[in-house]
Amino acid sequence: MVEAVATPREAWITGIGIVSCLGEGLDAHWQGFADGKRVVDTETFAPYIVHPLAPIDFDKQIPKKGDQRQMEPWQRIGTYAAGLALDGAGCKGNKELLGRMDMIVAAGGGERDEAVDGAILSALPNAAKPDLFLNERLMSDLRPTLFLAQLSNLLAGNISIVHGVTGSSRTFMGEELAGVDATQIALARIAAGQSEIALVGGSYNGERSDVVMLYEFGGYCLKGDFRPVWEREAGPGFALGSLGAFVVLENKAHATARGATPIARLSAAASGYSRRAQPGAIKDELARMWPRVAGALRPAGAAVISGATGAAPATAEEKDFLAAQSELPVRATGSLVGHGIEPQMVMNVALAALAVNRGKLFPPCGALERPMEGALTQAVVTGVGHWRGEGLALVEAIG
Amino acid sequence: MASVRDKSGRPVVVVTGMGVVTSLGAGKADNWEKLTAGQSGIRAISRFSTGGLRTRIAGTVDFVPVDPLTSPALAGRLADMAAEEAVAQSGVGRNGHFPGPLFLAVAPVEVEWPQRQEVAKASGANQQVTYTDLIRAASSGKFRHYHERFMFASVADGLAQKFGTEGAPVSLSTACASGASAIQLGFEAIRRGETDAALCVATDGSVNVESLIRFSLLSALAMSNDPPQGASNPFSKNCDGFVMAEGAGALVLESYEGATARGAKILGVIAGCGELADSFHRTRSSPDGKPIVGCMRNALEDAGLTPEDIDYINAHGTGTPENDKMECQCVTTVFGERAKQIPISSTKSMIGHTLSAAGAIEAVVTLMTLEHQRIPPTINYNIPDPAITLDVVPNVARDASMRRALSNSFGFGGQNVSLVMAREPN
Repeated sequence: MVEAVATPREAWITGIGIVSCLGEGLDAHWQGFADGKRVVDTETFAPYIVHPLAPIDFDKQIPKKGDQRQMEPWQRIGTYAAGLALDGAGCKGNKELLGRMDMIVAAGGGERDEAVDGAILSALPNAAKPDLFLNERLMSDLRPTLFLAQLSNLLAGNISIVHGVTGSSRTFMGEELAGVDATQIALARIAAGQSEIALVGGSYNGERSDVVMLYEFGGYCLKGDFRPVWEREAGPGFALGSLGAFVVLENKAHATARGATPIARLSAAASGYSRRAQPGAIKDELARMWPRVAGALRPAGAAVISGATGAAPATAEEKDFLAAQSELPVRATGSLVGHGIEPQMVMNVALAALAVNRGKLFPPCGALERPMEGALTQAVVTGVGHWRGEGLALVEAIG
Repeated sequence: MASVRDKSGRPVVVVTGMGVVTSLGAGKADNWEKLTAGQSGIRAISRFSTGGLRTRIAGTVDFVPVDPLTSPALAGRLADMAAEEAVAQSGVGRNGHFPGPLFLAVAPVEVEWPQRQEVAKASGANQQVTYTDLIRAASSGKFRHYHERFMFASVADGLAQKFGTEGAPVSLSTACASGASAIQLGFEAIRRGETDAALCVATDGSVNVESLIRFSLLSALAMSNDPPQGASNPFSKNCDGFVMAEGAGALVLESYEGATARGAKILGVIAGCGELADSFHRTRSSPDGKPIVGCMRNALEDAGLTPEDIDYINAHGTGTPENDKMECQCVTTVFGERAKQIPISSTKSMIGHTLSAAGAIEAVVTLMTLEHQRIPPTINYNIPDPAITLDVVPNVARDASMRRALSNSFGFGGQNVSLVMAREPN
């Protein structure tokens, strides 16, 4: 079934499905970045800033209302984006292909029922027997199916049900690192002959009070006035963004045999894990990883698509590293699409693929980034977790 | 010596260290003794009030003190214990430096009720508490430690730091198949030649009130609370659900070549892994059984074996009527006439269903079964289900001659993983 391979096999990106505050699909994102379109919601979670999902007609990728009802927003976003990627790769509805397609999803947890939580918390202090009261209320107020909308691996489960991807199904967790791991392991499996074609990605609903609370425990949420990610030294933090990002990653020979059109090549991916108690550790880890993905970089046609979040000290260390490492132009896409945690790496791999495919880099996402005039053929993608984990990838133009 | 590469030229992957913690006890020796004695670790839940609940039992690990108790804190502690046993037995690397990556199967992490209540109280909201109040309290900086505690990566982070595993630890979930997936990921990394060793750990400490109620609301849990030890009765006619349980399993995987080069004792072989997802339903298996059948066949094919080569099956065997019947039907399809002769036992009858940890705990049990040439039974098998025609090794452990075994793990979301293990390399 699987042969050992002497030399790594090439992996092509043959489909991309992305949704964010900028809209859905490659063209909407290309246009959004070209325009430097700023879509932020400063009111719903004030003083915190989020990037709200653009209006999406979920029926287009999730035709059964019954399926949609079984999902919470994060799963709908992801299942929708996965459908776009499969459409783009020309795999939609191809049962034979989907039945052997691998899947790696980067996921967190699902939405709380905020009304139920609030009602229980309000009444608990006055309950005669708080323990019994909690049991009774959870038994009567939790929707049985909400659990399935919260389980991390049920995004993958929904993609299997709605789109029929069933070759394998793995869900990685661990915040930003989940997306880095998904990218790196999917590529390694294809390179080694363990996989022919894989759907890789994730999704996030950033418009949730429960996650604002979670990240605000650590003081990580952006508040006050909006600024691009590199310009948040005075008030570090990330603006959560609702987004979905999936790519179809495919062995070159497999793609060629079925006549698929490649968008770009995923040439390398690496994960890292600095011990962050030491200042400078992130910088050192990125420097250690850099040659593994950027060894064959031709600087004249290369750029960095950064997943910088705006969190401290991660973003400042990444900024220092990039400044010291190379003269490459940099785009921190989070300034426009926000930070979606788990799917962020795949979103940036997708945006890098889009840019090298169009042969040019989109305009700066903030005042500290400089324009690039020449042709773009290579993009290094960074993904430095707000708390743990570092990732790098190299995306290259084909032909 | 057997070949260090398989027929396809890939490195053979062996197990050189194992650790386990369940409600039965800590460590392989204690667990093995109790499993082969047919003892149950299921008990009445004492951790929180079960008043008004339909299910009041679980396989909680109560002998490991964790304060303050949260699911990820307990999961981390159990994983630590299992990994320590496995790494010590293996002797690979040096203290604080494990020469390979960590793959950790862990339950989804979220803020729990005691913490939510604490934050609500600190918010000072006196009538209607909303998330606006909780966020205001969260932003005070007084709960900074809850950020780290409730990050999904936090459990793996503790292990990676302690054991000094290489690179970024991978946290994963394939629901109740997670433990098997963790082993599969380590197995694949060694086969790719990326590493000579991998630490594969699976853990679950999630018997908390909301988790119990969630499963209960899906009608997935056993409700025969009295006596607790009798509640988990897979393959029985009167089984009515699984029993939630806690625990951890850990395996040190190494390339056979690397393990023999350093003179390590080989505890067993991971011969093959198979998976196949199910697109039928979020919690139910496809009635035709094709995904589960395909999963087992993929594992056999990956191992280069045929159904005739399997001498024992450690069942997923949850004790939910649907799972047990489906597993029986699919085993019968894969193994044909021989199905009735292959002993198949569910150690969940004693341990309960350790959810994210089950696949790894059961891999450890399966390898111990091969090592000791003795099969732990399916206990509480008092009312046979005529629809289950397999040899479920009822109630009493049995000696048998076995070279290779299959372990099944199935989960919500259409997750199916099967592992093939062997006593020694070919």
